[in-house]
Amino acid sequence: MTPPRPRVALFVTCLVDLYRPSVGFAALKLLEEAGCEVVVPDTQTCCGQPAYNSGDRATATDLARAVVDAFFPYDYTVAPSGSCAGQIAHHYPSLFADDPFYRGKAEALGAKTHELTSFLTDVLGLTSVTARYDGIATYHDSCSGLRELGVKAQPRALLSTVEGLALKEMAEPEICCGFGGTFCVKYPDISNRMVGDKAKDVAATGADTLLAGDLGCLLNMAGKLKREGSAVKVRHVAEVLAGVTGDVAPIGEAR
Amino acid sequence: MVQVTSPAFKRNAAAALEDAGLQKALGKAKGAFLQRRAAAVAALPEFETLRDTGRDIKNHTLANLDFYLETYAANVERAGGQVHWCSTAADARAAVLDICRKAGARTVTKGKSMISEEIGVNDHLEAHGIQPVETDLGEYIIQLRHEHPSHIIAPAFHLNREDWEAQFRLSHTDLPKDRVFNERRDILAEARTRLRQKFLAADVGITGANFLIAETGSSVIVTNEGNGDLTQTLPRVHIVLASIEKVVPTLEDCTSLLRLLARSATGQDFSVYTTFSTGVRRPEDLDGPEEYHVVLIDNGRSNMMGTDFQEMLRCIRCAACMNHCPVYGAVGGHAYGWVYPGPMGSVLTPTLVGVDKAGHLPNASTFCGKCESVCPVKIPLPKLMRHWREREFERHLSPQGIRSNLALWAWFARRPSAYRLATRLGIRALSALSRGKGAFRWLPFAGGWTEGRDLPAPEPGGTFMARYQARQKEARR
Repeated sequence: MTPPRPRVALFVTCLVDLYRPSVGFAALKLLEEAGCEVVVPDTQTCCGQPAYNSGDRATATDLARAVVDAFFPYDYTVAPSGSCAGQIAHHYPSLFADDPFYRGKAEALGAKTHELTSFLTDVLGLTSVTARYDGIATYHDSCSGLRELGVKAQPRALLSTVEGLALKEMAEPEICCGFGGTFCVKYPDISNRMVGDKAKDVAATGADTLLAGDLGCLLNMAGKLKREGSAVKVRHVAEVLAGVTGDVAPIGEAR
Repeated sequence: MVQVTSPAFKRNAAAALEDAGLQKALGKAKGAFLQRRAAAVAALPEFETLRDTGRDIKNHTLANLDFYLETYAANVERAGGQVHWCSTAADARAAVLDICRKAGARTVTKGKSMISEEIGVNDHLEAHGIQPVETDLGEYIIQLRHEHPSHIIAPAFHLNREDWEAQFRLSHTDLPKDRVFNERRDILAEARTRLRQKFLAADVGITGANFLIAETGSSVIVTNEGNGDLTQTLPRVHIVLASIEKVVPTLEDCTSLLRLLARSATGQDFSVYTTFSTGVRRPEDLDGPEEYHVVLIDNGRSNMMGTDFQEMLRCIRCAACMNHCPVYGAVGGHAYGWVYPGPMGSVLTPTLVGVDKAGHLPNASTFCGKCESVCPVKIPLPKLMRHWREREFERHLSPQGIRSNLALWAWFARRPSAYRLATRLGIRALSALSRGKGAFRWLPFAGGWTEGRDLPAPEPGGTFMARYQARQKEARR
């Protein structure tokens, strides 16, 4: 008897929903190929970080409650973003300090919520993917995934099995790119300086492709590289792992 | 006294980003701090465990702060010292002035102390005819330049060697024209010569304290220049300025924290000079002060007890958070507009000067979390900055534009059907605007973003949810 397939709820993330649907479809493909039954709860909007990080706790709590209700029934929740997965896994329980019922539910949901590459490797035990990408890539470690969820080796391990792809590290892959959600809107000149430093680090590697696991950082870095006339192609790691790079132009590029 | 310019953070930051000299200094100094700390931490396998120990020592002390402060004070007095309990900065300034006057002081030497900046001792003494002389090399040049420290352990972090030379030539009018300042040691030699006379002439020496030890009544300072020792042993009177959270229970606790402090701050195993001072000179002592005063300062700390911000009182002022902060690294310390810059300052400043004045500081963070990951006593700095944002939001202090946008977005985000419709239309409009180009060079309402970078256009073909639902419908047919 084959064990039942794990039921995975995909948390698409608002940025992927609006800006880069291919990342959502790539995640779907990777999860299904790894043997999961994937569900996309249709009431999802946003994990609530913009409110949470702006001090609007009431809105953040309302949105968290909706996510908890929608995603709680499944075996796992997976997001193609360390930032949103971190919000659900680490921060939701603290929003329900005075609400034992939801706190318990949020803690349980948090324990089964994962960033995509970490879920594939740490939970499903996936060690390789079937994909081809011809190029030299450098990988930016997005802050929340790295520091809240320990996502560092997982994407690199999977990328090392992509045919035709070589990885070349930046001098400082762990330094923040300056996106920071609302930070880039409130303090655009500081944010611009930070992403400028990141672009220099990317350029110094000689890589032709920049990958990361969070769309916010990717939009920021792609925008800067584009403005500077760089030819570096920017993509979400899921696109490369799922082998769908032929279907969609790099971020910020026209087809 | 340091004027609070934190409300002008954005303007300060913009100017800092354009300041070539500052940018040069920041780049150089920062790299050195990071590499040294990384090497020191890598060489000590138990460093992570030590961080837990540090956090626990501080938490235990704070939970029993009244007990340890009283024990400490009793032991200071037993060793012949006096403790001056001061609730406010004004009380502390008055206490220092009073001690100096009674000692008939004309000049006062000072070791590096951030609490001295916080309470504004120098201006107060000067206003009353007493000359304070900073003896830490960085503080010395800052004082000559009439500036304030831009970093809590490297006050002159924002300066380059050329700035030192220029200032010496300006301030030391008797300097021969042919004196060369090619190297760091030339600068040191010049400062040392000048300061030697000051050390000998001083009537009172003022130092800060890295720790106060309850079981012995000792105060502890760490320096790399030895200036603190000359400050506190040569004059007849020694004043220790310390805020109440500096107390730790035992000598052993202190050494655990010292192991964390030096590695986190400068990447040294131990600072060059670690000096313990206990009371007045005893008959058998070769040196030491005749009077030993501790000005013990609250200035807002006890208000933090029992609140979300109590954790901030664990801070041992190592500066690892600012050394590793990409925002501090971009704009330097002066942009923060008060005594304490960087992540620790962004939490502490609103507590001490009010969130109405310092609201920018906890907002000027990407929450990248690097500060928390290097903090030797594991202060959750991003969490505490978020608490400030919550206070700001509750009091309607955050900018109206941002509040309105957030409220509009929240209205939709709470209503999935309306959100779906609005995003579908919005993305369609944005796609149409992009006219097949991959990115916008400019977009109304996104001026800040597009000033320095393009804004990628949404992927053609509509939102994920719309496409996914269409796909599901197709599959069901």
